Amino acid sequence: MTVPSSLVFDGVSVAYDTPDGPITALGNVSLTINKGEFVAVVGPSGCGKTTLLKLAAGLLQPTTGRVTLDGQPIGAPGPERGVIFQEYGIFPWLTVEQNIGFGLELSANRVSEAERAEIVERYLDLMGLRDFRKAFPKALSGGMKQRVALARAYAVRPRVLLMDEPFGALDAQTRLAMQDLLLQVLEREGTTGLLITHAVEEALYLASRVVVISARPGRIKAVIDVPFPFPRTHHHLANEEFARLKGELTELVMEEYAAQSRLSLASQS
Amino acid sequence: MSTAPPIDGEAPLRLRRSQPMSPYAKARLANWGLRLLPWLTIVAVWYAIRGFGLVSPGLLPLPQDIAATAWARLLDGELPRHILASTGRVLAGVAIGTAIAIPVGFALGRYATARLTLDPLINFFRALPPIALVPLVIVYLGIGEAAKVFVLSFSAFFAAVIVLYEGIAQMPPIYGHVARTLGANQSEIFRKLVLPYALPHILTALRVALGVTWATLVAAELVAAQAGLGAMIQMAASFFQLDVIYVGIIMIGLTALSMDHALRRLSRRLLSWQERVPS
Repeated sequence: MTVPSSLVFDGVSVAYDTPDGPITALGNVSLTINKGEFVAVVGPSGCGKTTLLKLAAGLLQPTTGRVTLDGQPIGAPGPERGVIFQEYGIFPWLTVEQNIGFGLELSANRVSEAERAEIVERYLDLMGLRDFRKAFPKALSGGMKQRVALARAYAVRPRVLLMDEPFGALDAQTRLAMQDLLLQVLEREGTTGLLITHAVEEALYLASRVVVISARPGRIKAVIDVPFPFPRTHHHLANEEFARLKGELTELVMEEYAAQSRLSLASQS
Repeated sequence: MSTAPPIDGEAPLRLRRSQPMSPYAKARLANWGLRLLPWLTIVAVWYAIRGFGLVSPGLLPLPQDIAATAWARLLDGELPRHILASTGRVLAGVAIGTAIAIPVGFALGRYATARLTLDPLINFFRALPPIALVPLVIVYLGIGEAAKVFVLSFSAFFAAVIVLYEGIAQMPPIYGHVARTLGANQSEIFRKLVLPYALPHILTALRVALGVTWATLVAAELVAAQAGLGAMIQMAASFFQLDVIYVGIIMIGLTALSMDHALRRLSRRLLSWQERVPS
């Protein structure tokens, strides 16, 4: 179970030096993710959407502005902000259940042996991993690996869940199944979340709000409220309104994609 | 009753005896054949060289003569004494060298500052052949056991440290990111991430160190050794006992081979989680 909580980006920009001069990855972004809200961020690759996630995770500090969780400035990474990476990062030397319980053995979230076992059981069930509890990651498919990563992040009861292209490496069917699983888990756990994705359809299906980030320096170009109520099902994907929103969002992202491509070309020449 | 039908298990049992070999057994036999093939070839070439008179008989003892010498020395206790002395030294050298290489390799693999300061130094010393150190070692450490173990530890250290350093430096940053976002502190990252990640590299380092240390043995035992396979070879050289020299070389090879085999078995047991099971 997670505690709902709000994540605020306040006038945040990030700049860093490269051999070709300073680059502004993110320019003055302000965004509030309310308690219990699941917000998706879309934009062309290289626009700084992952930078936004790294800021919230504490893996990067903003050049100006600040990022807060429930009013507290974000410093180093911490267990109250769960992160799901595209490349899973599950530990190959641990079994599925050991991976899920990993965070619970750290001094930052120490729980009793019995409590840890109970939490691990709960997520083995929720993620459908019971039969694979003793398996090492080498035996798992991409979708199962991502379920382990999700369970591991949830086990330490984060206040927000930060997801960086979590399903980007999965095949189309597994991806759809994982999106449904995520919707179920979000429903049950009521987590505040930030989803970084390049897939417009995924953003619309999962999020209550979709934020479009512009080409570099990344700024907020548009915010779209997704009108479909939860719980959502595949039927929404065939909805007329869904198709209309998807078209609209795709157009916005493609404009920025073109701008970002010109930028990349310019920096190469 | 005497007309009772045979119980079920009997018929297949009788059948199995006349069945041809299972594919699995065949594959095993083929594997053993492949393993033995190069050795049999060496022996065959050996006999051929003598048979065609390519080398004068006094310069190349026959395999059975070498075997006879080995057997005689085994029975009089000389050979076991030499094997034990060398094995002890090699194990001490590998243990000391690797024990120092582990923390140094970790530091080099994890910290850019350590790389910057120590990398040139390590590559300087790594290039030195241990035999070149022998005169200096005699000057500073004398001709006792310490001198020999030092030379062996020197070789083991530089072989192991490079393997560890390269291995640990390749740890994907994602593991660290995941652990930190779950709340791990520096010491937990070291104990729960770096250590298990490094285990296969430690085992590889041990294997490489063992090989290099055996290779250095003869040089180390140049230092006034009374016992040891290297010492045995050198004494035999002064008396032109070619058969004893061959026995010494074969014994070094065999002992190194069996130690490597043991380490590989250990690796397989400890590293069942790896994608590529070490063979």
